[in-house]
Amino acid sequence: MTPVEQLRESMRKDRQWSFMYSMLDLDLDVSQGVILYLEDVSVSFDGFKAINNLNFYVNAGELRCVIGPNGAGKTTMMDIITGKTRPDTGSAYFGRTIDLLRLSEPEIAALGVGRKFQKPTVFESHSVFENLELAMAGDKRVFPTLFARLGGEQRDRIHEVLGIIGLQEQTHREAGALSHGQKQWLEIGMLLMQDPHLLLVDEPVAGMTHQEMDRTAELLLSLEGKHSVVVVEHDMDFVRSIAKRVTVLHQGAVLAEGSMDEVQNDPRVVEVYLGE
Amino acid sequence: MLAVLLVVAVVVPILNLVVPESSPWHVSTYTVTLLGKYLTYALLAVAVDLVWGYLGILSLGHAAFFGLGGYAMGMYLMRQIGDRGVYGHPVLPDFMVFLNWPELPWFWHGFDLFWFAALMAILVPGTLAFIFGYLAFRSRVTGVYLSIMTQALTYALMLAFFRNEMGFGGNNGLTDFKDILGFDLKSDATRIGLFLASAGALALGYLACRWIVTSRLGRVAVAIRDAEARTRFIGYRVDRVKLAIFTFSAMLAGVAGALYVPQVGIINPGEFSPLNSIELVIWVAIGGRATLYGAVIGAILVNYGKTYFTGAFPEAWLFALGALFVVVTLFLPKGIAGLVGMIRTWRRSRSPAGPRAEAAP
Ligand SMILES: Nc1ncnc2c1ncn2[C@@H]1O[C@H](COP(=O)(O)OP(=O)(O)O)[C@@H](O)[C@H]1O
Ligand SMILES: [Mg+2]
Repeated sequence: MTPVEQLRESMRKDRQWSFMYSMLDLDLDVSQGVILYLEDVSVSFDGFKAINNLNFYVNAGELRCVIGPNGAGKTTMMDIITGKTRPDTGSAYFGRTIDLLRLSEPEIAALGVGRKFQKPTVFESHSVFENLELAMAGDKRVFPTLFARLGGEQRDRIHEVLGIIGLQEQTHREAGALSHGQKQWLEIGMLLMQDPHLLLVDEPVAGMTHQEMDRTAELLLSLEGKHSVVVVEHDMDFVRSIAKRVTVLHQGAVLAEGSMDEVQNDPRVVEVYLGE
Repeated sequence: MLAVLLVVAVVVPILNLVVPESSPWHVSTYTVTLLGKYLTYALLAVAVDLVWGYLGILSLGHAAFFGLGGYAMGMYLMRQIGDRGVYGHPVLPDFMVFLNWPELPWFWHGFDLFWFAALMAILVPGTLAFIFGYLAFRSRVTGVYLSIMTQALTYALMLAFFRNEMGFGGNNGLTDFKDILGFDLKSDATRIGLFLASAGALALGYLACRWIVTSRLGRVAVAIRDAEARTRFIGYRVDRVKLAIFTFSAMLAGVAGALYVPQVGIINPGEFSPLNSIELVIWVAIGGRATLYGAVIGAILVNYGKTYFTGAFPEAWLFALGALFVVVTLFLPKGIAGLVGMIRTWRRSRSPAGPRAEAAP
């Protein structure tokens, strides 16, 4: 971008500067029952359309599964929602009013969109409890953090989350000593500590044992209703065990949507994915 | 750790003042000053451990902050000389008279006041660290690049302070001090006072660092050390955390430098030598990273070794230090502090079996 273009871009009429955010309406409005709207979104990388006119809606409190062959654009879709990738065209709204395309990654995270990456990263030399403590929603500036004391309510919240993710026995263990599956749960717990409205979970059961998978399914199901959750997963058995509604992505667009049975019997889906 | 320090701070002055010189228990004033110097090094090492051990910033420029603190104190001590210098000028230090300077440069004003010099010994290193850190952390410079930048920082300061035109005495630095706060620097009582001040500063600095690393901010620091991107992602302003802790650490280093100079009686640009900064990282590595008390142990042991070695075999010191560093990193990755931990767990694992084994015939 030349300087002139940059200047023009920064002076665009509809542009919002960060100091104006406080004036923006940032209250999550789910009065229509929908928490996420992606409409006509397209992204291309070097001419390759990774997302192609995608329309995708998630209801408040819903647990949604997204499946699709490798390269279908599932991770890219999450990148768009979290502000990591900007789409070329289309719109992305969080609730009815919040335009995600105008917000930065940390701003989107602060508004209550939590994301779990494919590879779990926890703070290995901290205990499970401390990991949750650090992730807790609250004032994260330097001096408030220096003087922070854990209140009783916050302690209760940490123990509540420990219960949800089933790591009470590991409370004071170093996170680095946890098994792969336990680290994944801890990471989900860290997301929960931030009280997100919308949780995006990318391939949570990759590399898990069957028991761990069952436990993860229970965990995700227990979140339904309290949080809206979008789970991207390859493992069909796992998806079958949790999904009410499934969206099939193919070549950057929605190929089919419906219950697991409907989707599985859709001839187009059988052709591109399940039939493989 | 604090208990040991307290005992040392009480016993050493008694052995110096009360025990007669003929007694083998007598501690000479020379030794008191040497110990005082080690304590300032220990404070410097604690400052390095705070940023390196807990925050993961391998600063190879902390000697610069130490040196700046030292120069601030040196400037005060120079002005305390008054008209007792070789040239007898009432205001100008000798080196300025020698250079034919007509008057005191503006930045020397105020240094006749102790409180001002003491404040500058903290603020100047703090401000430099703040500006440096602001630029470096905001543009997310990390790892070896950051270390190289800190080396460049101290190297640049060394070159600058070597120049006579800078007004800090050039390569001779500042020396020939007479007294501090009106007390004769050569008297035993002043020496002990400085020793006690160093012990007190080390205790306070240690406590402050201990408080920081056990606070939630300390846990955020360790999180940054281990997974910086993740820490940013859960909402912490990583650059600001780094900036705050780095600046505080530089201020501690400045305090250490300010206490060091009156005890050794000289400050010159050699203190900014890049090698010095590397050496003090080695103290911390040998003592044990991320423990704080390990830094104290490392600084004191290595410098005791240095005093001994440079007396006995002066050329061998750097090789000995290098060898010690290699041995420790290979066999004691957690340093001497780690050894203490290892012995403890070994004892614990042995103790239930121990007595029974002894009872056997
Ligand atoms: N930053 C990028 N640069 C270039 N190509 C990308 C980038 N991110 C994703 N892609 C491409 O976009 C397509 C969709 O990728 P992705 O969203 O990761 O698929 P999925 O997660 O469904 O397997 C792939 O072909 C991938 O190579
Ligand atoms: Mg993917």
